[in-house]
Amino acid sequence: MTDAAFDVVVIGAGHNGLACASYLARGGRKVLVLEAADRPGGLAATREFAAGFRVSAAAHLLTMLDAGVARDLGLEGHGLEFAARNLKTVALADNGERVVFEDGAIGGVSAKDQAAFAEFRRQNRRFAKVLAGFCSRPSPRLVDRRKSDTLALARLAWDVRSLGRADMRELLRVGAINIYDVAQEKFESALLKAAVSMDAVLGSHMGPRSPNTVYSYLHRHMNDDAGAAGPAVVKGGMGALGEAFAAAAEAAGAEVRYGSRAVRIDLSEPSSNEACRAAGVTLADGTRIETGLVVSNADLKTTFRMVGPLNLDAGFVRRVHSFRARGVTAKLHLALDGLPEFHGGDAGDAGARLLLASSMDDIESAFDHAKYGRFSPVPVMEISIPTVYDASLAPDGKQVLSALVQYAPYDLKEGWDAGRETFKAICLQRLEAVAPGIGESVRASELLTPPDLEAEFGVRGGHWHHGEIALDQALFTRPVPGANRYATPVRGLYLCGASSHPGGGILGLAGRNAARAVLAGEDSG
Amino acid sequence: MKPHSEVRLLDTPFGSRVRDACEVHQWEDWKGYLTAAAYEDVELEYFAVRNATGVFDLSPMTKYRITGPDAQAFLNRVMTRNVRRLAPGRVGYTVWCNDAGMVLDDGTLFHLAEGEYRLCAQERCLDWLQWSALGLDVAIADETADVAALAVQGPTSCATLRAMGLDGLERLKPFGIARFPFDGGELLVSRTGFTGDLGYELWMAPDHAEALWDSLFDAGRDRLIRPMGTAALELARIEAGFIQAGVDFVPAEQVLRHGRGRSPFELGLGWLVDFGKGHFTGRNALLKEKENGSRYRFVRLDVDGNKPAEESFILDKSANVVGHVTSAAWCASAKRNLALASLEMPWGRPEDDLFAEIYYSREQRWTRLETRCTVMRGPAWDPPRRRQTPPADF
Amino acid sequence: MKKYDAIVIGAGHNGLCNAAYLAKSGLDVLVLERNPYIGGASVTRELHPGWKYTNCSYVCSLLRPEISRDLELARHGLQVIPYHGGVTFTRDGDHFGNYPDAERVYREIARHSLRDANAHDRFETDVMKQTRLIRKFLMSTPPDPTSLRPRDLRGLLEFASAFTEMGEEGLLDTIRFWTMSIGDFLDEYFETDVIKAHMSGSGIIGTALGVYSPGTAYVLLHHYMGEVDGSIGAWGFARGGMGSVADALAASFQSFGGEIVCDADVHRVIVERGRVRGVALANGREYRANVVVSNLDPKRTFLQCFDAGDLPAEVVRRARNFKIRGSSGKLNIALDGLPTFNGIAPESPLMRNDMHCIDSLERLERAYDDWKAGTWSEDPYIDMLIPTTVDPSMAPPGKHMMTIFVQYCPPTLASGPWTPEARDAFGQTVIDQVAEHSPNFKDLILDCEVRTPHELEDEVGLTEGNIFHGELTFDQLLFNRPFPGCAQYRGPLRGFYLCGSGTHPGGGVMAAPGANAAREILMDLKRPDVIPASYPDD
Repeated sequence: MTDAAFDVVVIGAGHNGLACASYLARGGRKVLVLEAADRPGGLAATREFAAGFRVSAAAHLLTMLDAGVARDLGLEGHGLEFAARNLKTVALADNGERVVFEDGAIGGVSAKDQAAFAEFRRQNRRFAKVLAGFCSRPSPRLVDRRKSDTLALARLAWDVRSLGRADMRELLRVGAINIYDVAQEKFESALLKAAVSMDAVLGSHMGPRSPNTVYSYLHRHMNDDAGAAGPAVVKGGMGALGEAFAAAAEAAGAEVRYGSRAVRIDLSEPSSNEACRAAGVTLADGTRIETGLVVSNADLKTTFRMVGPLNLDAGFVRRVHSFRARGVTAKLHLALDGLPEFHGGDAGDAGARLLLASSMDDIESAFDHAKYGRFSPVPVMEISIPTVYDASLAPDGKQVLSALVQYAPYDLKEGWDAGRETFKAICLQRLEAVAPGIGESVRASELLTPPDLEAEFGVRGGHWHHGEIALDQALFTRPVPGANRYATPVRGLYLCGASSHPGGGILGLAGRNAARAVLAGEDSG
Repeated sequence: MKPHSEVRLLDTPFGSRVRDACEVHQWEDWKGYLTAAAYEDVELEYFAVRNATGVFDLSPMTKYRITGPDAQAFLNRVMTRNVRRLAPGRVGYTVWCNDAGMVLDDGTLFHLAEGEYRLCAQERCLDWLQWSALGLDVAIADETADVAALAVQGPTSCATLRAMGLDGLERLKPFGIARFPFDGGELLVSRTGFTGDLGYELWMAPDHAEALWDSLFDAGRDRLIRPMGTAALELARIEAGFIQAGVDFVPAEQVLRHGRGRSPFELGLGWLVDFGKGHFTGRNALLKEKENGSRYRFVRLDVDGNKPAEESFILDKSANVVGHVTSAAWCASAKRNLALASLEMPWGRPEDDLFAEIYYSREQRWTRLETRCTVMRGPAWDPPRRRQTPPADF
Repeated sequence: MKKYDAIVIGAGHNGLCNAAYLAKSGLDVLVLERNPYIGGASVTRELHPGWKYTNCSYVCSLLRPEISRDLELARHGLQVIPYHGGVTFTRDGDHFGNYPDAERVYREIARHSLRDANAHDRFETDVMKQTRLIRKFLMSTPPDPTSLRPRDLRGLLEFASAFTEMGEEGLLDTIRFWTMSIGDFLDEYFETDVIKAHMSGSGIIGTALGVYSPGTAYVLLHHYMGEVDGSIGAWGFARGGMGSVADALAASFQSFGGEIVCDADVHRVIVERGRVRGVALANGREYRANVVVSNLDPKRTFLQCFDAGDLPAEVVRRARNFKIRGSSGKLNIALDGLPTFNGIAPESPLMRNDMHCIDSLERLERAYDDWKAGTWSEDPYIDMLIPTTVDPSMAPPGKHMMTIFVQYCPPTLASGPWTPEARDAFGQTVIDQVAEHSPNFKDLILDCEVRTPHELEDEVGLTEGNIFHGELTFDQLLFNRPFPGCAQYRGPLRGFYLCGSGTHPGGGVMAAPGANAAREILMDLKRPDVIPASYPDD
């Protein structure tokens, strides 16, 4: 049996794959989405890690979802519900000091820092707006420009110029440097600086002192201008978001098939005057699905492994190989008997987004270990306790703690089989220090290391963002020259995942931009 | 003994013989090996190739042994030509390109036995080959120093080698490979060369090199064998119209200025590109070039007069520069003043009026000529004996 | 009182170059130098009798050939002798020797990895592509992207067109190169630790970043963009030490009628009604001129040479925030003879260039971690040369002078300010590292001068001992150098200019900042441009 009935096959029902499928279906294409797992969402997943305890398995807070995408797809109409929105962020220091970010304002710091932060936020919202504009379109060609590229570049220049001289200068000054120096320059409070740095390094193989971290900060805050004053908790865990995306795609007319692991992207038989084209997808069970267009939501390396090196130019293979995608973020899940109490805090802290890092130097030294293939002896964390807002995730009265933990390098020298329990113990110890007694109430725990994320979600390197978001792999060059505008060297094969511009985070933009590229018939030339 | 790297120039396996034979001490550095530019007299050496037998030590040529289950698939992915059609025991001339379809190098590919190949080239390319092998079951070994090689070229080369005991060599067709026992080892002979004449290349383990040289020169004495240096080889290869990496084109990985590389089509090697065989590196770019047209055309020019057009501009009849000469020489056997040139499209059609801007000096007086050139259809030197099997016995 | 047309504060090579061009155009120029000798960080000093120490900058490549020729530095005594060689010693007693010819480099890399030897050509080509691009901008004033003046717009167009010439993929590679770390860049080419370690040094020299910090690939460029006689990327010794550069520039300046006064410590720039009128020395003496040019680093210039009230608050703020953390130290050693090194022949030609003792990127990165923690590197990266293997004029016959540049060394220690004891301990760390690879090294030492950032600040006047007058990160490069609003050599007050390494194109003995600043000054004075244009480079 053949399925030539499908115009487009999307590999992977991650949020970007589903967003892409929705836009393609709305564009009149017959779309089939193939998903290896038995549920949609990819890294936007809900997982039962202990009997009765469920948690967002990877991403746990929604900060960046593009409002346009959410609106276009009608996600809220398709079951997306928020258990809480505009969460406050509380940065906790080891000494009990706290800095609270709430509704765009900041508490727990000097008046001078409050003013400096207000100015920092004002400026960053303007920068973020420029960036968001740029990210909502494919990055333009720079040399072999067509008219649309020249227009896009002119628009970028205009957006940057429209910042006015002072803000433009600041953007051009800090855009390529590190968050450490910028924070040093602007703020007094070590804890505030640490909190700002955390936003710049979460998910990245970088420390606050690494140049490029201002960019990664801006990336994370890309949607600040659109209104949200804090992250949101998705009801039912992040998997519910994936389901809403899937429902939207299906409503738009796309078909989603679960348990269908794509293992190969088939190409057309070579003819003497045509480039090889994507012609179908072969599944793990040997089923072959024919189609004229394939869009891959898988990460860069996985995608081209499915194409096979023989079907690619060697220089391109080298570029794909060199793409940096070694994850450093682990995920810690705790099933708790009750709500932990954080020292120096108030009762509201448990429902906040908690940052555990006392100073930039602490984060930096945590990172230093990862450089040499070791986990941090004193890790830094972003913590969420979703059960504060969504009791359905745990048995009555019980709680779930979810934490992003850094740094946990993908290629741990000692190997994760050996290191997992030690690192988990270190994490618990770290939590115990700020939430005395928490260890007592742990009923079950789970640590997902980058190799676990790789195995579970099929992301090579277990990288949160499908590849490092550093300036050499961002914007114009993401993921690699030759595939930086969704189209790839293989005709009819497109990328739509977080490896592509604008990169990771639950944004939906890569999916939408890719759909537009497919509909416009873009090629990589 | 000094460490390997502190020796400025290495000897080839024939080093002792080359040093003895080189009377004029005109030495060159070829890939770090001491190489004779001339042994006695360039003209004598050149005519040895065209009239008797010239022997060139090509041991410094880069040689890779490529083996493994995916060897053929790997080579087909690297090369523009269809390697599947290269039967065991055959040699093929080939080029390989980068993603942009620009030529990285040219060379000869030996299909030594099923699934076992030797690539012989001017430039080193292990880095590129290994990147090309990513994900494939293929082993690539640099055997440059493990294989001593001599080119034995010229009308008496077959007879000489037979006299050395290579019975049946006369049956070897052009681009064929034969094996002979020699000195307790195996001598591999291919009917290949860089001179455009009847000729063979001999490949042997280095510890037999001196014996090989001695037997060869003993056997060839009566047939006027003579060692030849790089200068004579250069004359012969220009006359034959062969291109050389680094001279007639810049290998793509050495190009600093965007656009200075050349595609196979732009080097007159379009016949080596097989689009029908499946994917290979550069295929998409070359398809696009085929569709949109090339930027340059590579031609052989017959330049009026007898002044070599080395490094000349090529002009149209309004004296606009339309290209430049990459190699040029007066060709004594073909009796032509040959120039290899890269011209901007669409120049280089047979009917084009083209002129070479030549400067030459005689007794301190410089003369500038604009000399008419004619685009040649075929090679200037291509004697029937080059292909004749069996070759005539002289 | 005599009034000069222009006063240059600081007789470093950029100050002297700037002054020479102003004088060449016919201005009456005075250079004031705080020390009793000229040169700034381009200096040769006989601190041990019979030995000349080239005790700050120590090798020459970046000096723009256009300037060198135009100011007739050769006639004024400057000779730059190219050198070749270089070696990195490994802990296991082996080494990588960077021989002067490509074939031996190939064989030597192949000794460690055949694949790396093959990749080396690609590495060299790719770095050279980027080098060629940046070289175009050294002898020009960076355009201000926030400005709409025709001159800036034209400059931006030239900038864009140079980038466009790289081709689409080439330009994307340029973006990648400018934003990535030298470690990641090298990882795309090489697999062997010692090869990567040898190639990476240029990415961190003088820089408060580690080999895995993004932006360090660009710093590598900063060390590749020079030349010796057209050989791009080559380095040489200034015969007689780097003081010869300053001496030749001074002689050139004086040949145009310029005047240099040493022991003249400028205390304050005199500002009257919003424009500069001259300078006052610490001893109270005043010199008047309507043009004042500072060769000092931006921090020292704005925070120490002005009454704060004379400057816009914004400039003071930016000067305060200017990043100028020192990261380097220096040892200058008089040797009784030529040391021998493990694994290489006595008097090996490899000793005629940079020698290093660190054999992996991990060790390099760890050296940076020490700096971050506020200590000198326990296992430092050193760039060690023996100029006397090439230049016979630096020490008595048979004796040798060694210069060791050390990365990393912090401007102040976590434990407090530098003390003589700490300085000596730092020096000992370096000597011990060298001695690990050279059995007779310690016995040959006759004298050793140890310089930490503290000494560099104290003696030379480099704030925090930063050898480049400010870090080479993107917030302080090109149109941002030293900081927005002051990046075209003009200060915030009429008649005031900057000409030091804190301005574009930055540090190193290049003289381009001095020349570019002179062009701007002459433009403002509506005088003919006497500064040479870049040699065209096809």
